[in-house]
Amino acid sequence: MADIISPLPGIFYRSPGPGKAPFVNVGDVVTVGQAVGIVEIMKQFTEVQSDVAGTIASFGVEDNAMVNPGDVLITVTEG
Amino acid sequence: MKKLLIANRGEIAVRIINSARSLGIATVAIASEPDAESLAAKLADELVIVGPAQAAASYLNQEAVIKAALDTGADAIHPGYGFLSENAEFARAVVAAGLIWVGPDANAIELMGNKSQARESAKNAGVPVLPGTEGPLAEGDDAIALAQEIGYPLVVKASAGGGGRGIRFVESESELLATIEMAQGEAGAIFGDSAVYMERFVQDARHVEVQILGDGTTFLHLGDRDCSMQRRSQKVIEEAPAPSLPDAVREKIRSSSVELARACGYSGAGTIEFLYDPVREEAAFIEMNTRLQVEHPITEAITGVDLVREQLLIASTGKTTLTQEDISFSGHAIEARISAEDPFNNFFPSPGTITKMDWATGPGIRVDSGFAAGSVVAPYYDSMLAKLIVHAPTRDEAIEAMNAALDATVIEGIKTTIPMHRALLARPEFAQVTHHSRFIESTPDILETA
Repeated sequence: MADIISPLPGIFYRSPGPGKAPFVNVGDVVTVGQAVGIVEIMKQFTEVQSDVAGTIASFGVEDNAMVNPGDVLITVTEG
Repeated sequence: MKKLLIANRGEIAVRIINSARSLGIATVAIASEPDAESLAAKLADELVIVGPAQAAASYLNQEAVIKAALDTGADAIHPGYGFLSENAEFARAVVAAGLIWVGPDANAIELMGNKSQARESAKNAGVPVLPGTEGPLAEGDDAIALAQEIGYPLVVKASAGGGGRGIRFVESESELLATIEMAQGEAGAIFGDSAVYMERFVQDARHVEVQILGDGTTFLHLGDRDCSMQRRSQKVIEEAPAPSLPDAVREKIRSSSVELARACGYSGAGTIEFLYDPVREEAAFIEMNTRLQVEHPITEAITGVDLVREQLLIASTGKTTLTQEDISFSGHAIEARISAEDPFNNFFPSPGTITKMDWATGPGIRVDSGFAAGSVVAPYYDSMLAKLIVHAPTRDEAIEAMNAALDATVIEGIKTTIPMHRALLARPEFAQVTHHSRFIESTPDILETA
């Protein structure tokens, strides 16, 4: 298991915009560098990329939740 | 108007509360949960928490905002800038709820919100617009003759393009036909629509704008401003009047802006924005903002007119007390927008608790702040903390006064953009007015003098 953590404080979004499909869902296979979410801080949007390859096991926070640096956003089963 | 609800936050909410108070109007602030202890929330006579942190659920929550007004017995809503200020649907809902909307008619907001309709209205009112083909190039059009009318350099743009894609630059006539052909092929391949049109390309354009006021019958301007110092299209330094503008251009943008206001029966405060080409000495319409502008204090400084007070009077009585003859201009004003960002770390947002906030004071200095020492800068909203405004007899003295005011200002606990403002004011390009709206991006060493 590997964790994708938030690099910064802000609001975590699972999709690229309101009404859009989530970047990833539980069970999806992700590759290194793939976009898995967005963290917004003061109207600046930072894309969160997976730093591991594997399968999405769970989300550490809800969509639209406030996150702090180091918070676990997503847990990935490696491989 | 007896009680005004301010549908905004931060410095502009504080600003509006102060003008309402001077007219004897009671005030209701709205706030999201994390803003409950904000300066505006504490300053207003009453406070309604309209929702959680996210703007969509609080400051943009139309139903909650209107309910807050009705519940507190407010009879008017001032939207400030941003948030719901240019939302025609909200303006209609406010009026439908029996409340006074402090702003122009919803139809004017809608008209100016549509790019092509706004350009057409501006053109019909005599406002200069950027030369270009009327719609896409058609089979049989004499592109060379059309291009000559527009002038070089020009751009060939895909009608279906956007966001900077599908644009080709044409330096001279020799490249024109081949570029059009290439652009059409490319547009067809990328966008599935090969239609292209031509438009003047303005190199190193400045951003100038005209402040207008109207009440549906009387229309006037309060002069111009220059907002060319921008970072990622966000204004960072503004000044009034616009420097280095030929008299004929200044007169043209002022008078045609008044005509545009008249043409749409405008009521309230508005701003007509122009792209200024310093080489051709020509201005062209960009858009009209149907609301109070962030940088309105520099116009207030040089005219002595309280624009928010005028907005409130027009909204409550339907009449402005001003005519063009009442407006005179004195000196030069500069505004620095101070944001919670770290200029030494790629302007990364810097939320947190402000431990110290001491502003410069003295004649000609004005500070519009939404925060004070002890305030928490939440990560949810725009990073602008405050506006520092100086007013002096000349532009050189105003620059000097701004330098001194920035030096005397101390903000601790969070990072701010003050070092960037110092660096920009020290640039010879700013002193000589050879800067333009992409100056900051095109000057990567900008902070080395900070």
